[in-house]
Amino acid sequence: MNYCNLITIFAFINLLVSIPHGYSNYVETKAGQFFSSGHTNNWAVLVCTSRFWFNYRHVANTLSVYRSVKRLGIPDSHIVLMLADDMACNYRNPKPATVFSHKNMELNVYGDDVEVDYRGYEVTVENFLRVLTGRLPPSTPRSKRLLSDDRSNILIYLTGHGGNGFLKFQDSEEISNMELADAFEQMWQKRRYNELLFIIDTCQGASMYERFYSPNLMALASSQVGEDSLSHQPDLGIGVHLMDKYTFYLLEFLEEVHPASQANMNDLFKVCPQSQCVSTPGHRTDLFQRDPGSVLITDFFGSVRKVEITKDTINLTSPVEPPIKRSGSSDIQIESLTYVDQLPVAEIIHQQDCLEANVTRCRRKQQRTRKLNCQVVEKQTA
Amino acid sequence: MGLLSDPSRRKVLTGLLTRLNTPICIVCYLAGIVWFMGLAFEPFTLRTYMSENAMGSTMVSSGERALSLAKEFDAHKRQAYDGMPVEWLVKAMQSRGLEVFTQSFSRKLPFPDENKERYMVRGTNVYGILRAPRAPRTEALVISAPCSPGDSNNQAVGLLLALAQYFRNQVYWAKDIIFLVNEHDLMGTQAWLEAYHHTNITGMEYSPLQGRAGSIQAALSLELSSDVITSLDLILEGLNGQLPNLDLANLFYAFCQKLGVLCTIQGKLQRNDWDTAEGYTHAAQTMMLMVLKQACGRSWGDHGLFLRYHIEAASVRGINSFRHYKTDAATIGRLLEGMVRKLNNLLERLHQSYFFYLLPSLSRFVSIGCYMLAFGLLVVILLLRALDLWVHLGAPALAAVEGVTEAQQPSGPGVLTVLTPVVISHLTGVALYLLPVHLQEMAVEHFPVSETEAVVLTAVAIYTAGLALPHNTQRLLSGEGTEQGWKVLKLTALLYLAVLLGCTALINFSLGFILAVTLVPITASMTPHMPKALSALVMVLLSPAFTVLYCVFIYQELIEAPVSVSEGWMLFLSVISQGILDHALYGSLVYPLLALFIYPCWLMFWNILFWS
Repeated sequence: MNYCNLITIFAFINLLVSIPHGYSNYVETKAGQFFSSGHTNNWAVLVCTSRFWFNYRHVANTLSVYRSVKRLGIPDSHIVLMLADDMACNYRNPKPATVFSHKNMELNVYGDDVEVDYRGYEVTVENFLRVLTGRLPPSTPRSKRLLSDDRSNILIYLTGHGGNGFLKFQDSEEISNMELADAFEQMWQKRRYNELLFIIDTCQGASMYERFYSPNLMALASSQVGEDSLSHQPDLGIGVHLMDKYTFYLLEFLEEVHPASQANMNDLFKVCPQSQCVSTPGHRTDLFQRDPGSVLITDFFGSVRKVEITKDTINLTSPVEPPIKRSGSSDIQIESLTYVDQLPVAEIIHQQDCLEANVTRCRRKQQRTRKLNCQVVEKQTA
Repeated sequence: MGLLSDPSRRKVLTGLLTRLNTPICIVCYLAGIVWFMGLAFEPFTLRTYMSENAMGSTMVSSGERALSLAKEFDAHKRQAYDGMPVEWLVKAMQSRGLEVFTQSFSRKLPFPDENKERYMVRGTNVYGILRAPRAPRTEALVISAPCSPGDSNNQAVGLLLALAQYFRNQVYWAKDIIFLVNEHDLMGTQAWLEAYHHTNITGMEYSPLQGRAGSIQAALSLELSSDVITSLDLILEGLNGQLPNLDLANLFYAFCQKLGVLCTIQGKLQRNDWDTAEGYTHAAQTMMLMVLKQACGRSWGDHGLFLRYHIEAASVRGINSFRHYKTDAATIGRLLEGMVRKLNNLLERLHQSYFFYLLPSLSRFVSIGCYMLAFGLLVVILLLRALDLWVHLGAPALAAVEGVTEAQQPSGPGVLTVLTPVVISHLTGVALYLLPVHLQEMAVEHFPVSETEAVVLTAVAIYTAGLALPHNTQRLLSGEGTEQGWKVLKLTALLYLAVLLGCTALINFSLGFILAVTLVPITASMTPHMPKALSALVMVLLSPAFTVLYCVFIYQELIEAPVSVSEGWMLFLSVISQGILDHALYGSLVYPLLALFIYPCWLMFWNILFWS
C-alpha cells in the first residue's frame, strides 16, 4: 500500500512539474508555426476562359472561388479576376445582374461588389501570361497587375474548356501546358512567388500540370487525361448548368474552412473522389518542398494575418514562461478568438440541412459568432 | 511506259472494258438499288444527336388559354366569310403587347387552280412582333400559323396568341419573335418573305412591310386542326427538296421525348424493333415517303419557302388519330415554348449538323456520305457505256492507220447529223414547257374543258407528239444515218444525261435517284439494232412521265390510301398541273427540269432507237 501511494504521489508531482513545461512547448510550437510557411502575403489569380451563355457554369465556378477567397481574407487589391463577364447582363439571363451558383437561386455570387480586372475580350492568353510574368506596359493600372514578391503565396485557378495539353481561351486561342510551365519558370527566376498552388477545373485538366518544372509548385486538377470534367446541376429556371462538379465539391469543402482552421492540403486532395465527381481528380506535389500535410489551406486560400491578440507582454528574448494566470477556468480566456465571417455562406447553403439534422451544431456555430460580436463590442467599450 | 500511254497495255484495258462492260453495268445497277434499300437497315444508320453546343438543357412550364382563343378565332373567321378576320387579329395581337402590321398581296395565277378557281388571288397577312426587352433588334425568330378557310387551323392561331401572351411576360428573349398569320398558305408566306428580304423572284405584287425585326434565324410553322391532338407530325421537306438543318429535327425529337408527346414523321410512329423484318419495312417505307416527297419538289408545309433564304424552318402538324392517349394544348404549348427558348439561345444560324440527310425514323438518319454512293453506282453505268462507245468509235480510226487505207470511210458523221436530233429534241422540250400555259385559251375555245384540264392535256399531247419525231427527223436529214452517227449521238446523250443527273442529285438527291433508276437501264442499253416494238414499249413505260405516274401510285400505297387506275390517272394529271403552278408561283424547278432537259434527253434516245 505504501509503495502504491508513493508511486501515485510521485507521478502526480511529475505531472504537476511537466504541465507548465508542456505548455511552454505548446506555446513554442505555436510560435514556431508563426514562421513555418515562409510567406508574408497572398495573391490570387482567378481566370475563367470561356464566354457565351452556355458556359455560364465556368463563370459561376470562378466567382464562387472568388467569394471564398475574399471571405478568407484576400482583399480585392490582391486578386486578379479575369472573366468574360457576359453572364450577368446577358439578354438570355432571366434574372439580370445575377450569377447563381446553387440551384433554386440560393446564392448570387455576382452581387454588387465584384471587381473584375480583365473583362470581355481582354481575357486572352497574352494578357494572362503578362499578368503572371509581370511584363505589362507601364500604363497598366495596379488592379491589373500581379505585384507579388518572393514572399507571396499565389493561388491560380483556371476553368473553362480544355483538352490534352491545352486550354481554350474564349473560343479563339489556346494556351499549351508548355507555355504555362515556362511562365511559371519565369516567375520563379524573377522571384515572383514563394509557393504557388495551381487548380484547374477543365476536361483533361491533369495534362496542364504535367510539364511543370519549377520548384514550389503544387497542382490540382479535376480530371485525368482522357476524362471529361462534368457539370453539376442544371437550373430549370435559368436554363443552364450552374456549376461544375469538382468546383462544387471544392466549395463545399471550403465552406468549412475559416481563417483559423488547421485543415491542410491532404484534405484538399481528398475533395471530390471519383464516386462523386465521375472523373478522377489528380494532384502533383513532387515540386513542392514542404510536406503537403503541413501546408494549411489558409496558406493559399486566405490571407491570414499572423496575429494573436493578448493583453500581456511576452518577452521573446528569454524562454517563454507559462503565464500562471492563464491556468484559471474562465471560459472566455481559454477559447481563442476567431474572425467573423464576411458572408456567412455556410449558413445560407446549409440552412436546409440544418433543418433536417445537426441542428445543435449549427446553432452552436451561430452562438459562437454572436458571442464574438458581443465580445468585440465589449472590448471596444471597455 | 505508263499504264495508259503504252499501246499494248491500253489495248488490254480497253479489251477488258469492252468485254466486261455489260456485266459490270448490271452489277453496278443491282448494287445501287440494294445499297439504297439497305440505307433503311438499322445497323447502317446513325442515331441522331444534338450538334449545336449553344442549345443546352432548357425546361420551363407554362399555362395558356389556347382553346378559348381558338374558338373566338373560328367565330370571327366565319363572320369574315372564310377570309381572314384581319381587324380581330390586329386587336388581339395589340392587346397582347405586340407591334402589329398587315400586308396585302395579290397574284395572277397562270391558270386557275382547282382549289382557287379564279385567276386573281388576293390576301392579307397579319404579323405581330414581340420585341426582345433588352436585346438589340438584330435577330428574329418566326412562328407562323396559316389561316385556312373553313375549320382547319383555328387551334394553331389560338395557340399562337396564347404563346404570344406568355412570351410577352418573360425577360429572357435575346431575339425578336414574329408571330405571323398568313392567308392562302404558301402564297401568303411567299409574299411576306419576299417583302421582308426586299426581293421579287416570283412576280407577286405586295405592299411593303411596315415593320421589320432583323435577320431571321429560324422559323416554325404550326398546323393544328382539331381540339384534341394525339400526335405531332414533323414536316421537313421544302421547296426543291431542300431540307432544314438536322438539328431542328433533333430539337423537336428531344422535346417530344422530354414531354412524353407522341411524335411522328411522315405520319408514321417510331418503332423499337429495328432488327425484325417489320421494323425494317417500316423504316424503309418512311424513307421512301421522304424520298418521294423530296423528289416532287414542292413545299409540303409553309416552312418550305423559308429555306431558300437560309432560314432553318420546320412545320409541326397536330394529328387527331383517335387514340386513347391525348395531348392537351398546354403540353403542345410547352413543347413549342421549349423549342423557341432553345432557339433563343443560339448564337449563330444552325449549321453544325447535316443539311443533306434521309430519315428512316425520327431517331435515326442517313447522311449524304452514305446515300450518295447509291446514286454514284447508277451514274457510273452511263460513264462506262460512254467509255465503251468511245473505244468503239476510236477503233476504226486505228484500223485505218495501221492497215492499208481501204474504201473511203467517212471521217466522221457530219455535225449536222448529231446536232439536228439534239436541237429538235430541245425545241420539243421548250414547246412542252411554254405551250401548255400559253395555249390554254385556244384549247378552251375548241374543246369543252376547263383551263386546268386544258393546260394539263396540252402538256400530255405535246409529250405524246414528241414520240412521233424520229420519223420526221429522218426526213429532214438529207443523207442516211450511219453506224457511226448513232454512236456519236448516243455518246453525247449519255454524257449529257450523266451530267444532268449528277447536277440534279447534288441539289435534290431523291429526284436524281428516281430519274436515274428508270432512265439508266434504258439509255445504257439502247441501240437501233434491238427489236423495235418491244424496246419502244419499254422505253415508253420507263419514260419520265410514266416515272411520275409510278411515283404517284407508290406514294398512295405508302400512305395507306391505295387508288384505282382511273383515280391514279386523275391524280397524275393534278400532279402535273400542281408542278406547273408551283413553278410559276414559287420557283420550283422540277417541271422546268423535266420539260427542258430530261424529256429532250429521253427524246434523243428515242431517236437513236429509230435510227436507220
